[in-house]
Amino acid sequence: MKAVSWQGRQSVQVDTVPDPQILNDRDAIVKITSTAICGSDLHLYNGFIPGMIKGDILGHEFMGEVVEVGRGVGNLKVGDRVVVPFPIACGNCTACQAEAYSLCENSNPNAWMVEPIWGHSPAGLFGYSHLAGGYAGGQAEFARVPFADVGPLKVPDHLTDEQVLFLSDIFPTGYMGAEMCNIQRGDVIAVWGAGPVGQFAAKSAFMLGAERVIVIDRFEDRLRMAREKVGAETINYEQTSVLEALKELTGGRGPDSVIDAVGMEAHGHGALYAYDKVAQTTKMTTDRPVALREAILACKNGGTVSVIGVYSGVIDKFPMGAVMNRSLTIKTGQAHVHRYMRPLLDRIERGEINPSFVITHTMRLDDAPLGYDKFLHKEDGCVKVVLKP
Amino acid sequence: MTAFDVRDQSRIGQPTDHLLPPPDEMTLDQAAVTDRRLSVVLGVLSIALGVTNLAVPREVARFIGVCADGQTQTALRIVGIREIVSGIGIFRQPKPSGWAWTRVAGDVMDLSLLSNATPRRRGDWARNRAAALTVLGITLLDLYSAVRLSRDTLQDVAQPQTIRVKKSITVNRAVGEVYAYWHNFENLPTFMSHLEAVHVTGINRSRWKAKAPAGRTVEWDAEITQDVPNERIMWRSLEGAEIPNSGTVEFRFAPGDRGTEVHVELYYQSPAGKIGVTLAKMFGEEPGMQIADDLRALKQVLETGSVLVADGAELGNRLAQRPAQPRKDEAGGDR
Ligand SMILES: NC(=O)c1ccc[n+]([C@@H]2O[C@H](COP(=O)([O-])OP(=O)(O)OC[C@H]3O[C@@H](n4cnc5c(N)ncnc54)[C@H](O)[C@@H]3O)[C@@H](O)[C@H]2O)c1
Ligand SMILES: [Zn+2]
Ligand SMILES: [Zn+2]
Repeated sequence: MKAVSWQGRQSVQVDTVPDPQILNDRDAIVKITSTAICGSDLHLYNGFIPGMIKGDILGHEFMGEVVEVGRGVGNLKVGDRVVVPFPIACGNCTACQAEAYSLCENSNPNAWMVEPIWGHSPAGLFGYSHLAGGYAGGQAEFARVPFADVGPLKVPDHLTDEQVLFLSDIFPTGYMGAEMCNIQRGDVIAVWGAGPVGQFAAKSAFMLGAERVIVIDRFEDRLRMAREKVGAETINYEQTSVLEALKELTGGRGPDSVIDAVGMEAHGHGALYAYDKVAQTTKMTTDRPVALREAILACKNGGTVSVIGVYSGVIDKFPMGAVMNRSLTIKTGQAHVHRYMRPLLDRIERGEINPSFVITHTMRLDDAPLGYDKFLHKEDGCVKVVLKP
Repeated sequence: MTAFDVRDQSRIGQPTDHLLPPPDEMTLDQAAVTDRRLSVVLGVLSIALGVTNLAVPREVARFIGVCADGQTQTALRIVGIREIVSGIGIFRQPKPSGWAWTRVAGDVMDLSLLSNATPRRRGDWARNRAAALTVLGITLLDLYSAVRLSRDTLQDVAQPQTIRVKKSITVNRAVGEVYAYWHNFENLPTFMSHLEAVHVTGINRSRWKAKAPAGRTVEWDAEITQDVPNERIMWRSLEGAEIPNSGTVEFRFAPGDRGTEVHVELYYQSPAGKIGVTLAKMFGEEPGMQIADDLRALKQVLETGSVLVADGAELGNRLAQRPAQPRKDEAGGDR
């Protein structure tokens, strides 16, 4: 089959590799009909997540048709149309039973690699380095899905791929980001990052009852999407001081909760940003938390800082004083996608949201290298790339 | 039962007669990891200090209370380069003791620099002294780290030693079920990846066959020395084993209905020479890592039904990695 493989820093290629096989009784093989490139893939693409090996198959947002099931998969049959959640979860461990699926205790066979850096290991993820298990990803014609009796969600035929594909990751991720804010009547929520994840976080904040949502980025086309498709207000951080603007917009209080939908490769200005870039490049620190620092400073006293942007290691110049003295709460995590798929599918069916609004580019799987490049540079209005194997 | 009394605890893992306990209270692997961690911290410290000295020597000079003239700045830059080099050295060396000693040498150099530096203003005396004290503190830490790391290097080539490994995991299954699974020793190879087979040969007797590098296998007989249902199993190898070993596994209720805590303690008599090396290879650089991984596999078997196979791990050696791609016609775990 054809698959997108990682070749090193900012280099991917479409390779021909063996077709996947059932390796465990609870596996299924899915023939992929749609798959997407995620901001998380950019962290791999840019070489900021350790534990990649040349030839690793990328991709964790995919859906398709079941073509083979293992003996232990009772709930799926060949021909079913399914969306696959990006964390791999067994359904049996204590974490899974508490619905903390991205913390599954059994799905990362490489837990031994992670423990020295993170203390304990979270779940395995598709196509997300050997730290996350070394699973072949879904930017391919086929994928092997472990614990297929727990993860994949059957989707009805009257919904298009474009409408349901993002149940695999970014819609639940954005939703969880908003849910962690515990939104109350009248709340103002600020979201850093107008990428696909930020768009869904903003949209979800409205769904959960936010009074106003403010989205921050520097790309005008992304901010326009947030205004027109989500109904958010926007701040372009290249043109305005974000902290001043947020105070102004909230009568001096600051947003009730803030969401970091940017992650470890935030962009910024000035001396501190230069310091971050040098430190990250020389591997003195792994992450560049420009947006996170700003979000913390912006948040109102006693508010919640919801972090869905991905971080991989240690960060520098972290404003712990602001967090401690102003009683802020930090909530974070890889999305517990399984928990949200069914209720969010219901919302799609009821017409409350059509997640396809973020798609700007649809390409053939063969064009993946171009897709990565466009998405990295946010070129010609690129917000979300969907690949068709 | 819900608790152990102290006397019970003290009996756990007491080595069987032909195996001597390690001299230290701390287990060998734990001590090595702690030393290694300490040296990593010092390595990071080195690099951070180095980059700061290189980038802003004037501010550093002011901070430590010495005159920020051109000569001092050059000296600080040299110190910076030295710190970065020894920091990187500590990271890159599998045995970082040599580099740890370069840190000690560097510290001594810093101390003499500080004592020669002329403070600009009266108030700088206090700063200078504080900086000297800080460097002195770091020197002591470096010295400690270097001595410990060197001692480990010496131990590596030394005489037979007993390796003790202690690991635990929580399994979301009832104590009775976990005990019963382990009690059938023929199940052990399912989750202990270095074992090829275990055959029960009589009451409390079994024959074990383990994989060794270069396609070799090692075999020995073992007996169960203590068996308390749903609590504890102890076993040891019998006379004539190439690598004398013994083990204890304890099963305890995990609080909050979280199933069973499995506590394992193993002793290996590692002879010097070839077999010692074989053993080291078998268990990786850190003997505890293999056992921790085996326990994770045990948890997978009991909770999910089988050992999970990942695309990016070599079959038969879960610790080795290959590109995360489907493999060519290799049969996987369950097939
Ligand atoms: N927690 C999860 O489960 C999960 C799931 C998916 C994605 N993610 C993470 O979410 C993040 C965003 O993903 P995406 O797909 O939207 O990526 P993306 O690259 O399309 O979007 C990131 C956006 O952040 C903006 N940005 C950069 N620096 C900024 C700053 N200082 N202030 C404000 N905005 C800034 C960029 O301009 C860009 O528009 C990534 O870190 C990704 O890894 C997390
Ligand atoms: Zn994603
Ligand atoms: Zn689980």
